[in-house]
Amino acid sequence: MTAGAGTLNPRLQEIAEEFGAVGGQQRLQLLLEFSDDLPPLPARYAEHRDLLEPVPECQSPLFLAVEVDAHDTVHLFFDAPREAPTTRGFAGILHAGLDGLGADEVLDTPGEFSSQLGLQDLVSPLRLRGMAAMLGRIKRQVRERRD
Amino acid sequence: MVLPYDSAPKFQDYARPEMLVTTGWLAEHLDDPGLVVAESDEDVLLYETGHIPGAVKLDWHTELNDPVTRDYVDGAGFARLMSEKGIARDTTLVLYGDRNNWWAAYALWVCTLFGHPDLRLLDGGRAKWIAEGRPLSTEVPQRPRTDYPVTERDDSEFRAFKEQVQAHLGQPLIDVRSPGEYTGELLHMPDYPQEGALRGGHIPGAKSVPWARAAAEDATFRSRKELEAIYQDEAGLRPDDDVVVYCRIGERSSHTWFVLHHLLGYPRVRNYDGSWTEWGNAVRVPIRRGDSP
Repeated sequence: MTAGAGTLNPRLQEIAEEFGAVGGQQRLQLLLEFSDDLPPLPARYAEHRDLLEPVPECQSPLFLAVEVDAHDTVHLFFDAPREAPTTRGFAGILHAGLDGLGADEVLDTPGEFSSQLGLQDLVSPLRLRGMAAMLGRIKRQVRERRD
Repeated sequence: MVLPYDSAPKFQDYARPEMLVTTGWLAEHLDDPGLVVAESDEDVLLYETGHIPGAVKLDWHTELNDPVTRDYVDGAGFARLMSEKGIARDTTLVLYGDRNNWWAAYALWVCTLFGHPDLRLLDGGRAKWIAEGRPLSTEVPQRPRTDYPVTERDDSEFRAFKEQVQAHLGQPLIDVRSPGEYTGELLHMPDYPQEGALRGGHIPGAKSVPWARAAAEDATFRSRKELEAIYQDEAGLRPDDDVVVYCRIGERSSHTWFVLHHLLGYPRVRNYDGSWTEWGNAVRVPIRRGDSP
């Protein structure tokens, strides 16, 4: 599976369209909504943060965990501080777009997905790379969980 | 119309006490005509989550940089930006931000290149304002547009270019990056992604003084005495030195530029904004690796 081989699933497609439909300042507001909507960690992770994988490519602290259940459905968990809303927003987008999907659908997500949100002019390239890194780590964990 | 200066005793020890205001001063003057507060953060969404009431946002990435050439906006671009933000040439502009005012100091340095007369930094920045339980607002103010005059940027006094740094070798240089970046062990900040420098190390002769050492735990600047101990006793700078500071793209070193020039009163301090992302990629410039300058 090579990054970028697949197409956007309908949920990510919808998110990309939402971002595409609004101008610069509203895109930031939208990103903030994703940041606010990121669900808190369930207790089994909140109390065992060592089970989370750090994503050092993000400019602010970000940790994630991936589960693949018996039905091959992917569940995503993120931990990012409220003081880092941009990174939280990226995590929120990935949660909204991938949580609850089948493992194959997650693995099919193009690696350069973040560049389709029209955020390049608003957010520094470094931060966008952080989002790509989260996706890369999610996919790796999905593959590991299935093996 | 110049607002009164903050007479806080701590500031009076600094070379230019008028360059700083306390959170208390700002809270008291927030509604004064002639004052504009601007927030400049590393995290571009932080302002949207809540800012000092009435503050405008100044984005280093999208607003202060030229979108094509690696340079800052020109005189016309700066005038347009200031006019849109409702900042006049005689406005007292108070800047603040996250991470010990790292990006706020950068914005202040860029505004200095355009000679904006009254620039001040909020000592302690966003963190201190919030720690003191002061109000935040998510309302984006609509300030009346001003007619900021086109003033050409003057890069001669406070900005250094690569060729000037090459000519400066042998004179005082301060590298404000993390120790690992200085020695050449890391090509980027710890925990940050690689930004494309081909070689690691530092400019020969540069002393290592990581920028955040100038900030106390509450994000305020250290006292003059503490700063002198760091930059004079440890790094060996003398008050009449001609100093060049640098980091990765010139943002962290803006903070040190502010400390050396405005707080310690060094007359000639230039920020090399090309910094390591230029030097570490340049052909045949000298580089030193390891701990020693």
